[in-house]
Amino acid sequence: MAVLHSAPRFASNEGVIEAISPTISVWLIEATEAHGEVIFRVTRDGIARVLEILRDAHEYQQLMEIAGVDYPSRPERFEVVYMLQSLTRNHRVMVKCSASEDTPVPTVTTLWPNAGWLEREVFDMFGVTFAGNPDLRRILTDYGFEGHPFRKDFPMTGYTELRYSEEEKRVVYEPVELAQEMRSFDFLSPWEGADYVLPGDEKAPARPEGEAKK
Amino acid sequence: MTLTKEESPTTEGEIVTNYTINFGPQHPAAHGVLRMVMELDGEVIERIDPHVGLLHRGTEKLIEHKTYLQALPYFDRLDYCSPLAMEHSYVLAIEKLLNLEVPLRAQYLRVLFAELTRICNHMLNMGAHILDVGAFTPNLWIMDLREDCLTFFERASGARMHSAWFRPGGVHQDVPEKLLVDIGAWLDNRFFQLFEDAMSLVMDNRIFKQRNVDIGVVAREDAIAWGFSGPMIRAAGIPWDLRKSQPYDVYDRMEFDVPVGTNSDCYDRFMVRVKEVYESAKIIRQCLRDMPGGPIASTDRKVVPPKRGEMKQSMESLIHHFKLYTEGFHVPAGEVYVATESPKGEFGVYLVSDGTNKPYRCKIRPTAFSHLQAMEFMSKGHMLPDVTAILGAIDVVFGECDR
Repeated sequence: MAVLHSAPRFASNEGVIEAISPTISVWLIEATEAHGEVIFRVTRDGIARVLEILRDAHEYQQLMEIAGVDYPSRPERFEVVYMLQSLTRNHRVMVKCSASEDTPVPTVTTLWPNAGWLEREVFDMFGVTFAGNPDLRRILTDYGFEGHPFRKDFPMTGYTELRYSEEEKRVVYEPVELAQEMRSFDFLSPWEGADYVLPGDEKAPARPEGEAKK
Repeated sequence: MTLTKEESPTTEGEIVTNYTINFGPQHPAAHGVLRMVMELDGEVIERIDPHVGLLHRGTEKLIEHKTYLQALPYFDRLDYCSPLAMEHSYVLAIEKLLNLEVPLRAQYLRVLFAELTRICNHMLNMGAHILDVGAFTPNLWIMDLREDCLTFFERASGARMHSAWFRPGGVHQDVPEKLLVDIGAWLDNRFFQLFEDAMSLVMDNRIFKQRNVDIGVVAREDAIAWGFSGPMIRAAGIPWDLRKSQPYDVYDRMEFDVPVGTNSDCYDRFMVRVKEVYESAKIIRQCLRDMPGGPIASTDRKVVPPKRGEMKQSMESLIHHFKLYTEGFHVPAGEVYVATESPKGEFGVYLVSDGTNKPYRCKIRPTAFSHLQAMEFMSKGHMLPDVTAILGAIDVVFGECDR
């Protein structure tokens, strides 16, 4: 597919998968290239080793970011994505592994000092633990916060709200009370197939079994 | 400020314990809501534990509940000192997933305003940095120039700060011809006189140098290992600029230099920013000279809504308009990580799409996270007042750091 967009153009992806895959083949599950991004999916146990090989043998010197993603339907619901950048080869790759609440991911603080906060953030937001991280505290949420807010099953409103209490002369925490119901707008086109009964549709007779959807 | 144990360091034979000092979260030199728990031995920093997250608003979660277009204004509110640079990464990420072509004029306009944003951001940061180390006047002078930039943003988008002007596929609306003329005239007749005046007060100032030279030195290898970017890595002598090495929009047509430092101290970081202002002005002049006419947004009506006038005449335009502002556009499933050179460093957006009209996940890579994390590493062994100089030279804004 011809590249039409004007997003950042780093060095070509050509041959990158072929060059890297053999060196990490023990842990490699899948290597893909899509939308101009090279992504290696590796086993969780091998992640630190893979990143070390990428850093030392393939010149990916910088760890720019660690992102967590939540896919609740999967057996191991979380994905941890590492973005690496090579200053010398002017290239970027992503490496990812999956994890669940009770399967710790090996830390990479031993490889990059800035991994500490990045792992703390993934832990704070998703509850993924990192084995070997010496300082795995919460980072972005409030002191004494409970839960992991970026999980898909965590409500957007949260569970507690706080206000300044004139009587107690301090900020107090209370369960969330919404003045009106939380509105979630669904603008997905109904004629592209909504997976629920549209308002009003319940009045129409049910479609006979076996008749194809038009 | 709390002292754990008050004993005179000059007392002979007494055991002197370390002070623990709470810096912030409400401190004028903290550049926002940063809390740092510092352990001091006398006046020398032993340990720093920065507590961030006091401005955490859950932007990434909010974005998951909005359509792609509705999520755009959240980016203005990340780094509120350089809003357009934040939008830039986001719209490019969407365009990369859509593989959408952007008309040339729109690319030029984006680059022009991204560079104006860079000047605007550096004016604020340099002013604050100078203020932090004790000089008051230059801040007032260059804040005036920042005000000029904000007026330009207002004339282009209608908003001084939260512009929401970059859109997937181009920009929201065209600029008046007079605005481009005025930006050129401002650079020629006003900007440099005032800027150089202000800089002449600090660049060779003895006190300013005493406060910044050899403070917070970071070796090249450390700058790479800590994930530094932007002026922080360039001050360490590494000519790494995403506009140059991984050009986006029309940066590959621009001629500009990448200033680098030699000593990797706070003074170099400051000077890199000073030089960058000149390079940004160069880019702006080239944009003004070369900008072609034509559409300012993609004509793909499945992504970019039609103009209002068109809508009044054509049924199809009306449908497109309605669909785009209710349902929004669908983005093909996939994931991209797009990083641009924001004034503070690499600002990245990791966008995961599941093929619907809302992002499945939008992870924002703030520049300040890596830099602030190295705070202890950079400040160890320095005196307490040096912390403000180091913090000022990092250029941190908490809207972006905490998200």
